[in-house]
Amino acid sequence: MSYWALSLTLIFVLIPLLLSKTLNLGLGRDMTVATIRSIIQLLAVGYVLKFVFDSESLLYIFLMVALMIVAATHNAQKKGAAIQGITWKIAVTLIFVEVLTQGILIGFNITPATAQYIIPISGMVVGNSMVLSILFLNRFTAEVEDHQDQTELILSLGGTPKQAIHRQLINSIKASMIPTIESQKTVGLVQLPGMMSGQIIAGADPIQAVQFQLLIMFLLLTTAAVTSVFLGYLSYPTLFNKRMQLLKG
Amino acid sequence: MSTQYKPAIHFQHVDYRIGDLEILNDITGSFPQGRITTLVGPSGAGKSTLLKLCNGLISPENGEIFVKDKAIGEYDPVELRRMVGMALQSAPMISGTVYENLNLPLELQGQQLAKEEAVELLEDVGLKGDLLDRKVKELSGGQRQKVSIARTLVNKPEILLMDEITSSLDRASKLEVEELISKINRKYKTTIIWITHNLQQALEIGDYTWVMMDGQVVETGESSLLEDPQNDRVEEFVKGVVS
Repeated sequence: MSYWALSLTLIFVLIPLLLSKTLNLGLGRDMTVATIRSIIQLLAVGYVLKFVFDSESLLYIFLMVALMIVAATHNAQKKGAAIQGITWKIAVTLIFVEVLTQGILIGFNITPATAQYIIPISGMVVGNSMVLSILFLNRFTAEVEDHQDQTELILSLGGTPKQAIHRQLINSIKASMIPTIESQKTVGLVQLPGMMSGQIIAGADPIQAVQFQLLIMFLLLTTAAVTSVFLGYLSYPTLFNKRMQLLKG
Repeated sequence: MSTQYKPAIHFQHVDYRIGDLEILNDITGSFPQGRITTLVGPSGAGKSTLLKLCNGLISPENGEIFVKDKAIGEYDPVELRRMVGMALQSAPMISGTVYENLNLPLELQGQQLAKEEAVELLEDVGLKGDLLDRKVKELSGGQRQKVSIARTLVNKPEILLMDEITSSLDRASKLEVEELISKINRKYKTTIIWITHNLQQALEIGDYTWVMMDGQVVETGESSLLEDPQNDRVEEFVKGVVS
């Protein structure tokens, strides 16, 4: 795409800006900031990626992935402020998911161990894991608060914290995985995934694009399941003390 | 409190607070083993908090609680809560059927309650056995309360804590539950600690009474103290409730 063509895509920013002004939506400033930020961030990341790909250094790949994990942890931890030590719990979850998925991909020689593969796939895995963490934490904190009486009932009958929180934990894991599962059910029918569309637009063979998309979708299913289960089992013990009492607020 | 019975639970200078709010202040006293003690007093006196302390759902800020002469902190919480059962006024249920709720205490131990035993438990609390497969959301408030009592009895607790369990029951059901609890007390020598707002019930059912106000125990003794309180505040409270 030429720079002229890229400049013309700003028409798609002008349309909502005009609508916002006409209808007094008050979103003009936010949209302008978002547009400028996305241009700067994506261009910067493009140059960084070019540098890392050219350098072929494992250290740079590691630093890029580490940066993704730090940024994703920082973003997700705000949703779990009620859970003690949530920052490191999210970080451990993201690291575990990243090591597991890359371990399988590289270990079974599914994708090559090069920056061109590791960084974009890590971006998708860490990004999805972050969203899953946020969905899980949102639901889990609400479930715990709404069902305090049931948790205390099970404790009062001689149940362990794990038994007392089991239903809330399972409900939250299920709820956070639903978007991933549902989007997989309709993929190809309702929407063409971004990565696949990008490859096809860039001139790749559609069948090869589909193969990569399948890989990513299966990868994201593991990401969703492992993130919510791992984070759930790391989080629930901090809701109780050593005397198996539910800590409030 | 009477000295002729061993204490099932003994409180020694117990304080409990939530943040800056003082809920219980310097509680000292015993609940005699094998007897029925009622806890009476106005709302907000700290009675429900005191029951939660007995069951280990919360721990005191200061002071010590002894259950059967052993400091509560020395018990494994699971063992303690199976020994000290609790039925709550709100009668919380897990979603599902009446049987699933009755089976819950045993399910938590990896066991299963026989259907015949479940029917027997329902009949003990004055419910029909055919309610077993009914969804709990279809039960009336009174039925839920009775299922909650039956569920507490599954663990065969040595000490039974009950928080206003008859307040939502009609007169006939109330009498049935009172009779059941008295029977359990007589037959198994179960220690009963029963919060009630009904002073007549405290007089008829209870052997002993604790009167609580503003987080403190203001008078204790045999239940007949409610007929002739020594403390002015208790006298005022009794008059207020009776009138």
